[in-house]
Amino acid sequence: MDNEKIDKIIDKHHCEASSLIQVLLEIQSENHWLPKEALERVSERLEVPLTRIQHIATFYKAFSLVPKGRHEIHICMGTACHVRGATRILDTVQDLTGIKPGETDSNLKFSLQTVNCLGCCALGPVMEVDGKHHGKIAPANVADVLKKYD
Amino acid sequence: MSGIILEIDGRKFEASEGMTILQAAQKLGIAIPTLCHHEKLEPYGACRICTVEAEIRGWTKLVAACLYPVEPNLIVRTRSEKIDRIRKTILELLLAHAPDSTQLKELAKEYGADRDRFEKEASFCIHCGLCVRYCAEIKKKNAVGFVDRGTRREISFIPEIASKECWNCKECFPLCPTSALQAAYVLTEALASSLHSFVHEG
Ligand code: SF4
Ligand code: FES
Repeated sequence: MDNEKIDKIIDKHHCEASSLIQVLLEIQSENHWLPKEALERVSERLEVPLTRIQHIATFYKAFSLVPKGRHEIHICMGTACHVRGATRILDTVQDLTGIKPGETDSNLKFSLQTVNCLGCCALGPVMEVDGKHHGKIAPANVADVLKKYD
Repeated sequence: MSGIILEIDGRKFEASEGMTILQAAQKLGIAIPTLCHHEKLEPYGACRICTVEAEIRGWTKLVAACLYPVEPNLIVRTRSEKIDRIRKTILELLLAHAPDSTQLKELAKEYGADRDRFEKEASFCIHCGLCVRYCAEIKKKNAVGFVDRGTRREISFIPEIASKECWNCKECFPLCPTSALQAAYVLTEALASSLHSFVHEG
């Protein structure tokens, strides 16, 4: 992500230190992760010490300091999904993508994450890809869903 | 007479507005243990070892002496069975993280804290924030900060700033109640220099 894009986001927030989290969120959603250079740029322009930015960027799970894939897979491991076979869904996704929760594949295609409840237990087991929910999913259907992303 | 009259351990004291219980007690020569407090820094209230009983209008509550501002007719007890028990437990929890800290060991002796009560989880840092706050508030360098949260929270130096600023300062070292800070610094230094030679050779 180049400085120009970062500056645009910062300018949108009038360079205000109080908008730090908002700025970081926008960089995160555009770039999928927060590279060190981006944090340095934000620190410089908002005049917020890097230590503070680092603290915030590591505090919230919404931020990632390591590269993330183009598509984010979330598998719900909440109680309802768990009893309806979430583990088998997770196993299948791991087999298909070759990555474990918290990891990203080398082509930066998928990142995998388990979550504890997506708030739609009646649809369990749920797999979410880029914010789209795939409810009542069976291990056999996982491959079909993942095929749609490139 | 604009002073605020309060009582600490049975002794009357006239404090001025905005003073904390800790400051008032210090004026009276009454010792309250502290770990995260530093007179030059903003109050932080992280360690809670300074917990005292504060009685106001017949109600007693437990407060952090380093944060709590004096108020009229406040009655403070700095030692009681309850206070001692609380401090003992806090020390035992902290000792699980930094079993060899001299400061903690001394306090442990006073409060009868058992160093081995809780399973060791030697992270060495007790999150007092002295190093972080000193660097930010006094030196204004922000070379060291906290990262992560909860049980995974730890201090972290920014290598680029540390390699420029820390060598000639190191004023935070003696503030640390454990040896975590120095260890983290030495590690950063090693990382920074290996990075340096890596960049230059590569
Ligand atoms: S490293 Fe030492 S001074 Fe810094 S927060 Fe941890 S215990 Fe406190
Ligand atoms: S000295 Fe009061 S909370 Fe640490």
